Amino acid sequence: MGDFLSPAGWLLALVQALLFALGAPLLAGWIKRIKSRLQNRRGPALLQPYRDLYKLLGKKAMVAHSASPLFRAAPYIVFGSTLVAVAAIPLLAVSLPTAAVADMIVLVGFLALARFFLALAGMDVGTAFGGMGASREMLVSALAEPAMLMAVFTLAMSAHSTNLSSVMQFNLESGLILRPSFLFALLGLVLVAIAETGRIPVDNPATHLELTMIHEAMILEYSGRHLALMEWAAQLKLMLYGVLIANLFFPWGIATRLTLPALGIGLLAVFLKLMLLGLLVAVAETVLAKMRLFRAPQYLNLAFLLTLLGLFSHIIMETGT
Amino acid sequence: MSAASFTPLAVTVFTPLVGALLLAVIPTLGLAGWVNLGLTLLEFAAALLMAADVARHGGIIAHSFHIDAFNVYLVVLTAFVGLTTAIFSRPYMAEVCEQGRITRRRMQLYHSMFQGFQFTMLLALTTDNLGVLWVAVEGATLATVLLVSLYRTPESVEAAWKYFILCGVGIALALFGSVLVYFAAQQVLLDPEQGLSWSVLYSHARELDPAVMRIAFVFLLVGYGTKVGLVPMHFWLPDAHSEGPTPVSAVLSGLLLNVALYAVVRFKMLTDGALAGSASPDTAGHLMMAFGLVSFGIAVLSLQRQRDIKRMFSYSSIEHMGLMTFAFGMGGALATFAALLHMLVHSLTKSAIFVTVGHASHIAGTQSIEHIRGLIRTQPAVGWGLLLGVAAIAGFPPFGIFTSEFLVLSATMQSWPWLTLLLLAGLVIAFAGLFRNLHPMVYGAAPEGQVAVRANMVPVVIHLLMVLWLGLSIPLFLSRWLDEVTRLISGGGLL
Amino acid sequence: MNLAQLPVLEQAIFVLAALALLASFALLAQTRLTASIHSFAWQGAVVALLTALVATVGEIHHLYLSALLTLSLKSLLIPWMLHRLVRRLDMEREVETIAHPALVVLAGAGLVVFSYWVALPIERLELASTRNIVAVSLSVVLLGLWMMVARRQVVAQVLGFMSMENGLFLAAVASTRGMPLVVELGVAFDVLVAAVLFGVFFFHISESIESLDVDRLNRLTEDEGGS
Repeated sequence: MGDFLSPAGWLLALVQALLFALGAPLLAGWIKRIKSRLQNRRGPALLQPYRDLYKLLGKKAMVAHSASPLFRAAPYIVFGSTLVAVAAIPLLAVSLPTAAVADMIVLVGFLALARFFLALAGMDVGTAFGGMGASREMLVSALAEPAMLMAVFTLAMSAHSTNLSSVMQFNLESGLILRPSFLFALLGLVLVAIAETGRIPVDNPATHLELTMIHEAMILEYSGRHLALMEWAAQLKLMLYGVLIANLFFPWGIATRLTLPALGIGLLAVFLKLMLLGLLVAVAETVLAKMRLFRAPQYLNLAFLLTLLGLFSHIIMETGT
Repeated sequence: MSAASFTPLAVTVFTPLVGALLLAVIPTLGLAGWVNLGLTLLEFAAALLMAADVARHGGIIAHSFHIDAFNVYLVVLTAFVGLTTAIFSRPYMAEVCEQGRITRRRMQLYHSMFQGFQFTMLLALTTDNLGVLWVAVEGATLATVLLVSLYRTPESVEAAWKYFILCGVGIALALFGSVLVYFAAQQVLLDPEQGLSWSVLYSHARELDPAVMRIAFVFLLVGYGTKVGLVPMHFWLPDAHSEGPTPVSAVLSGLLLNVALYAVVRFKMLTDGALAGSASPDTAGHLMMAFGLVSFGIAVLSLQRQRDIKRMFSYSSIEHMGLMTFAFGMGGALATFAALLHMLVHSLTKSAIFVTVGHASHIAGTQSIEHIRGLIRTQPAVGWGLLLGVAAIAGFPPFGIFTSEFLVLSATMQSWPWLTLLLLAGLVIAFAGLFRNLHPMVYGAAPEGQVAVRANMVPVVIHLLMVLWLGLSIPLFLSRWLDEVTRLISGGGLL
Repeated sequence: MNLAQLPVLEQAIFVLAALALLASFALLAQTRLTASIHSFAWQGAVVALLTALVATVGEIHHLYLSALLTLSLKSLLIPWMLHRLVRRLDMEREVETIAHPALVVLAGAGLVVFSYWVALPIERLELASTRNIVAVSLSVVLLGLWMMVARRQVVAQVLGFMSMENGLFLAAVASTRGMPLVVELGVAFDVLVAAVLFGVFFFHISESIESLDVDRLNRLTEDEGGS
């Protein structure tokens, strides 16, 4: 653990959170851009998400008559808790002061909090779409969360800690080890991430037209700055999972000392990793078709099974007596 | 290593292999039947020669073969039952062919597979390599699957499929057990290539890791036990016996079950050696007793509600195999001697019964017990054959099965007195079930127009006479022989 | 002994063993026939690669032969034969409905735990580094068995049977660095003959019950006592 009271550390943690918040729309734009290229379209500019957010933030928020105060509060809560979750994740460097709260279970908790309010807000206005979206979101998350936790436990069993920073440090120190359990946890976590961030094949972020939409259905009633916050929170969540996968399983490059060159390398590394990940997501979304909602439980069962297998293979093959 | 000659062994084992290839290309039906008979005769002669040789000079351990008193007696038995079944099968299958139930090409397949089956069983009995033993038993499954489905009726295809799947699963578990044995052996032996040689393993049995051997034995017992017909893996047995051609039922019941039990006993010997110093040295035996007893009980009860005559007798086979497994599991000189004797007399009696049943179902035109009536009136030879055969299998006094069952009961009385009651009750129930069905079949009024068939009762007469002889007095050479086997398996002799 | 202390090649062996286990689960849960056959082929390929790696690590040359044999038999020849059969019986698009897919898979996970428990005494012996794979291979065997019980489709049952063989082979390779060559050849021969026989049986069964659903193989029951 680094020095808790070091001002440089706190400053860096702040910068990191800012970077996260500012980088998230870029990642979303990158994925969208690659996807349209793959589909032989020109697609929106890389910075389009920023423009959208800027535009939405400047607009007046329209609120339905039937909405309660909760409807107004929800965007702030959702964005706030996502931002707190994001701030704890080591992006550039491990052993920052925020590492103390960077526990994976805490992280799951923050995300659950955000989701809870998102679903409440979806139901609040009382439209058919909002309720449908909320119930689907709950179905997906109820199945995704055990898988996510199982993946976390699998990692924790090797690293003997549920602290993100410690796990990353453990992985850095032990070097390249092919662990079957990590392979399964990675696969499971990828599946969970896809479901949780509402990407194809579970949900389609690009459409408001399908009756099967999940995330978009919940935020259908939002407009103006509320919508901006909701969108931004969704982009943050996407980046959160991306960084989680990139830095947990492939932590190489992340700064372990708080020097400028190390931080520079850390930034470059995480940038490249996220670009690559975005590329993979875009390719996967182009190749795969969205599946029927009824198959989502099967898909998440698969994720759970994978993480369970990860746990088993850790116990069976990786522990020596 | 020994003075006994290798040639008779090679002739015994490899004649059927050559025969299988030869019979696959002989198209003439009559000729094929005779060739089949001739081959089995040759095998039997060679087996006898080998037995005599072994009796004089001791066992053979050479070229990955291992002959001792235990398997030489089973080899002779296998060759003998193979011979008598071939005698029966020649006219029987010719008649089946005339009835048009089977094409000429399939007759070719039948003869070839009959020899192929014989080969795999002899190989399983004589090999020293536990891996080859597995391959041979699996080969026996494959050969008999083809034989069971020979008639190609939906029922026979279904029976063969169940047989194939269930035995395939069982035998796979047995291979896992063999792998574990090999694993245990590798920790002890310097030359890994010898890790599957039974004789080498047996001499090092005490050094094998008890934990691994215990797990291995469970897999081996379940695996080979499937072939023995132990409950709960017995479902294939009644189906395969009832739907296959009668000669196949005879060799299945009389021989294949024995070979599988032989494999189990061989592994028990290894496991007992490995567990000798551990906290529970009798695990293998107790497992076998439990499986044997449950099989015995379930078979006795299932036997009561059968309507198909071959199914009824196949449950009787399960009952007797259960009893043998129980006796082998109990260990000790008396029980082992009894089990060995029971193996012998059961094979002889059961194949005789299946041969008779084959004729009986030809007479009645069906295998349904309800429709087989008045055999003694229509054809006294078949009727009396069935009556005496069932009397023998049920354990009536002058026959050999009475002797062996009596010995099993006395051995039980010595070590597990309470189980004697269970066994006695089971034997009585089985007896009642068999005779309840037998009585109308043999004595009842014959249906109109039921005529005698061309029956070949020679094998039945030979078998039953032998069983009778064994019941009246076991010849000295045989009792010495069995005693030697008992000494080999249980460590102590009886005589 | 810990995984971290092993060289990377041996770690790869563990990863491949885990992938073989994953393929078993894929087989168990997969309802499309052709996809099942593909899963089986992949499992064969993974096992073959694992064998080759074990051969490289331990410098055991006869294992290369076994690896080649496995690759050609389990991942090329038998899947190809099954494919051809499926095409000839016109069942390429067949989708089997499994009664309780989630339960079937969960029970499979239970089997993995069970095999771990069974193999525990073996793993306690501090012997070969790959001994831990025994539990995995036992799981593959038991999952194959479970597949034969849980699935009602003849081809699926055959795949279960064959994947049991994969598990056995894995056990032999992992725990004892392969069986003697004679045995391995014998086993391979048996598997091949079994595969051919299965093919023959497909035709007989589809002729006699006009479907390949095992539930319709119900003529032989205790009460009716056969024909």
